[in-house]
Amino acid sequence: MKFLEKNLVELDAAVTSPDEAIQTAGNLLVEEGLVEEQYVEAMVQSYHKNGPYFVLAPQIALPHARPEDGVKEASVSFLRLMHPVRFGSAVNDPVHLVFALGASSSDEHLEILQKLMALLNNPENVKKLMEMTAYSEMESLLGGIHS
Amino acid sequence: MKILCVCGLGQGTSLILRMNVDTVLRQMGVQADVENTDVSSASSERPDLIITSNELAESLAGHPSTIVIVNNYFDLNEIKEALESHFS
Repeated sequence: MKFLEKNLVELDAAVTSPDEAIQTAGNLLVEEGLVEEQYVEAMVQSYHKNGPYFVLAPQIALPHARPEDGVKEASVSFLRLMHPVRFGSAVNDPVHLVFALGASSSDEHLEILQKLMALLNNPENVKKLMEMTAYSEMESLLGGIHS
Repeated sequence: MKILCVCGLGQGTSLILRMNVDTVLRQMGVQADVENTDVSSASSERPDLIITSNELAESLAGHPSTIVIVNNYFDLNEIKEALESHFS
């Protein structure tokens, strides 16, 4: 399981569309060998087919596809957008924080979602994610959560 | 009481919702059977409540189950308020 490790975090990416945001967050997982390239394409297709339901809180998107679309290891990357992007969510737009989820079919899937919820269920943590300037701040944030 | 949490794929988003719904129900001290699935499977199921997002609620229009919309899946208070009226 790889959860928001240094190479999976990119702050202030200059993307201009939902597709580009999903691809950039997904490519962080591809570069670390955690998902296949086709998984990123499946995430984009799921967005086109099912809409922006994965914008599951104000400013937060959690794009993902199915384990069989090419996940090698349960994983989550984080992309903070330099300029918020509208995904078409009536209530939660615009998106500022993108977490790409490599959804595995193992027990680690549940475990990694619990970690993500421990982080995002607390509005104080979301505020810190919006404001952090370096990865070291992410490390201390992750050190303080318990799932 | 059977509750179905619904998202596009039934893999990630609905599982997060289900875990937070479980937490809220525990806090409320009520028992329910909570499961999660994708939107197309949901159309053939008949739970007492379907909990989902604004967008997917539109695709489930006409479904015989009561549909409850949650906008912020990480806001336990919002989930609690959305559920309370159905457990009184």
